[in-house]
Amino acid sequence: MAPGFLTRERIVAPPGWSRWLVPPAALSIHLAIGQAYAWSAFKAPLENGLDISGVASALPFTLAIIMLGLSSALFGTKVDANGPRWAMVMSSAFFVTGFMISGVGLHLGQYWMVVLGYGFVGGIGLGIGYISPVSTLIKWFPDRPGLATGLAIMGFGGGALIASPLTASLLSGYGASGDSPSVGGIGNTFLTMGLIYLVFMSVGWLLIRVPAEGWAPKGWTPEGAKKSGMISTGMVSARNAIKTPQFWLLWVVLCFNVTAGIGILERANPIFQDFFAETGTAETLAAAAVGFVAILSLANSLGRIAWSSLSDVLGRKNMYRIYLGVGALLYLLITLVPNQSRALFLIASVLILSFYGAGFATVPAYLRDLFGTYQVGAIHGRLLTAWSTAGVLGPLIVNAIADARIDAGVEGPARYTTAFSIMVVLLIIAFVCNELIKPVNSKFHEPEKAPAEATTPVTAEKGAQS
Amino acid sequence: MSSAAEATGAATWSPVQWIGAVMAWIWVGVPFAYGLYQLVLKIPALFG
Repeated sequence: MAPGFLTRERIVAPPGWSRWLVPPAALSIHLAIGQAYAWSAFKAPLENGLDISGVASALPFTLAIIMLGLSSALFGTKVDANGPRWAMVMSSAFFVTGFMISGVGLHLGQYWMVVLGYGFVGGIGLGIGYISPVSTLIKWFPDRPGLATGLAIMGFGGGALIASPLTASLLSGYGASGDSPSVGGIGNTFLTMGLIYLVFMSVGWLLIRVPAEGWAPKGWTPEGAKKSGMISTGMVSARNAIKTPQFWLLWVVLCFNVTAGIGILERANPIFQDFFAETGTAETLAAAAVGFVAILSLANSLGRIAWSSLSDVLGRKNMYRIYLGVGALLYLLITLVPNQSRALFLIASVLILSFYGAGFATVPAYLRDLFGTYQVGAIHGRLLTAWSTAGVLGPLIVNAIADARIDAGVEGPARYTTAFSIMVVLLIIAFVCNELIKPVNSKFHEPEKAPAEATTPVTAEKGAQS
Repeated sequence: MSSAAEATGAATWSPVQWIGAVMAWIWVGVPFAYGLYQLVLKIPALFG
């Protein structure tokens, strides 16, 4: 019997298939689901159209990020077992359905349907989609895992660059911008975007292929690639991985690196205006602040591909030493020398945000080094709960501290001194955790044959029990 | 291993495969370039 359309067997690459067709497949998914970072484009129309608070309008995004972490952790093993096409189809189905439910909900005047649709259902699509191409890319690019995953995860950052102007244009076209936006117009924007993403993401699941059994790039061998003690040739199952200290140390590293990035990203516009309030008129300052947010988005996106690719040369542990150590020093710099030099502030902020993006992009390759390729997608999925935690706690801490300082009548950069100092401490803790990461004890490794058997859930379970 | 290793060889591509590959990269490259362009337009205000 011929294997089903969604099965892994159906997408084994024939001889002559180029691995350079796999990144566009991955990007088709990541550029779409990266729309999540552009949620803020919907906030003002929803608040003005439905007369809801800023907290309420942020709810779908917050829930989506929580669901991203939960679904990637829950479905990670299934994604590894069923293969990337199944995962990409599931991701597309959930993500697009989320938009559709939201669009219909707005036409019915039911905001809870936006929360349920975009946040809950769409969030499941985010989680499955985020991890869907990762282990496949690592298997196609064992010689350059940092470059391959950096490219895909740069797509997630780039998704917002596409979605922001697209959303603004659709909202305007449907009469859903300004002070009294049409709620039906916002609904139509959701429906249209859902259809666009349905078509765009289809290239991902049509194009994706997995390498044939035993495939390797020309001249590459696992033994030859083991350049440092951190790179393991042993395989660790997802269930065993979470029993290792390495997993939890990396969890803290990712969580605190994300929190530190959010420290600036969350309030980039007001931070810039508070730091340089006396350098121009209100109009030029507001325009400059928009430019500041734009340059940070660029740094976030490009940092993912640039630093992650460099990790293939310098090693993953060394790269995190840079992200965390230099990141802490840069935060210290803008805390101690806040607004003496705009150029200095810009360089420091751009580097901090590039390290934030790079932290996401380098982590799959770090996991591959530590735990092997056996269930790296599932392990990555479990690690993403660190992102959910930081995504909720980070803005909460930063906003609470900054708001308290503003209420206390503090002016200028001093509003952020406490928040930035906390970021320095978190980055130092993460730096120490990274230093404590050592190769995984061989008692957690799978028996020799395990990688070849990783295609069925039964063997995954068997391996987990060993 | 040897036959599998040949799978990377772009030299074995037919013209149809080349067209497919170029189309796939255009599919993701054009929207990304558009987003990047829209973003870069906002940056000069930062130095204005």
